[in-house]
Amino acid sequence: MSFQVSKSGDVTVIDVEGQLIVGNRQELKQKVLDELEKGERRFVVNFSETGYIDSSGLGVLVSLSKKIREQDGELRLASLNEDLRTLFELTKLDTLFTIADSREEALEGF
Amino acid sequence: MDQELILELPNDIRSIEHAVEYVTRHCSSCCDYARRLNLNFRVGLTEALSNAMLYGNDSDPEKRVRVEVTIKHEEVSVIVTDQGMGFDPASVPDPTLPGNISKTGGRGIFLMKALMDEVKFNERGNSVTLVLRFEGEASA
Repeated sequence: MSFQVSKSGDVTVIDVEGQLIVGNRQELKQKVLDELEKGERRFVVNFSETGYIDSSGLGVLVSLSKKIREQDGELRLASLNEDLRTLFELTKLDTLFTIADSREEALEGF
Repeated sequence: MDQELILELPNDIRSIEHAVEYVTRHCSSCCDYARRLNLNFRVGLTEALSNAMLYGNDSDPEKRVRVEVTIKHEEVSVIVTDQGMGFDPASVPDPTLPGNISKTGGRGIFLMKALMDEVKFNERGNSVTLVLRFEGEASA
């Protein structure tokens, strides 16, 4: 499992490879907060290579979204497969995030 | 033929992913229901283990978590037991209520109940039994 950070214009893209769960959520949080500290404000978390997400992973996304919004930024989610989308729908977090079908679609809207 | 596994895990959240993969691999050898194992089972078991380690055992590295797994062709059941004082699962608020959706925590038990077919706590509240059934599910 790993988090790859890349740039597309002024958008920071974080690819989640493997799981986003209790054991690694702090790593994702720190990577995003480091970029926020550097002045980045637009973020896409891309889940095209993600297996599953647990409640701690969902919680860290909520927390990051709040922190980014407080800095007048935005966090978007991209490429949730059917299983992952189910998790967001069950928890109603699909109402809290902008969710794009693909990384490209998420970037286009910014 | 039924298969049984017993694991004694250190109270370390870094062990959760490996434990979940290990148990899921054993289930895969008996059952052919990839989708329910990939999402429901993995997430449900991850939640039970993280609850046991973070809240039940209060992140105490001296404590351990016991995992007892029974794998049958039509279902898998897992008993996760911590060494804590237990808690009342009914005291956890519904995370999907409008005032709770934007909270950062409180979704673990909700997800367990939503994804598994049966979730039962013992009276003390330090042991949870999860059951996932495969009957009637299409294999993927």
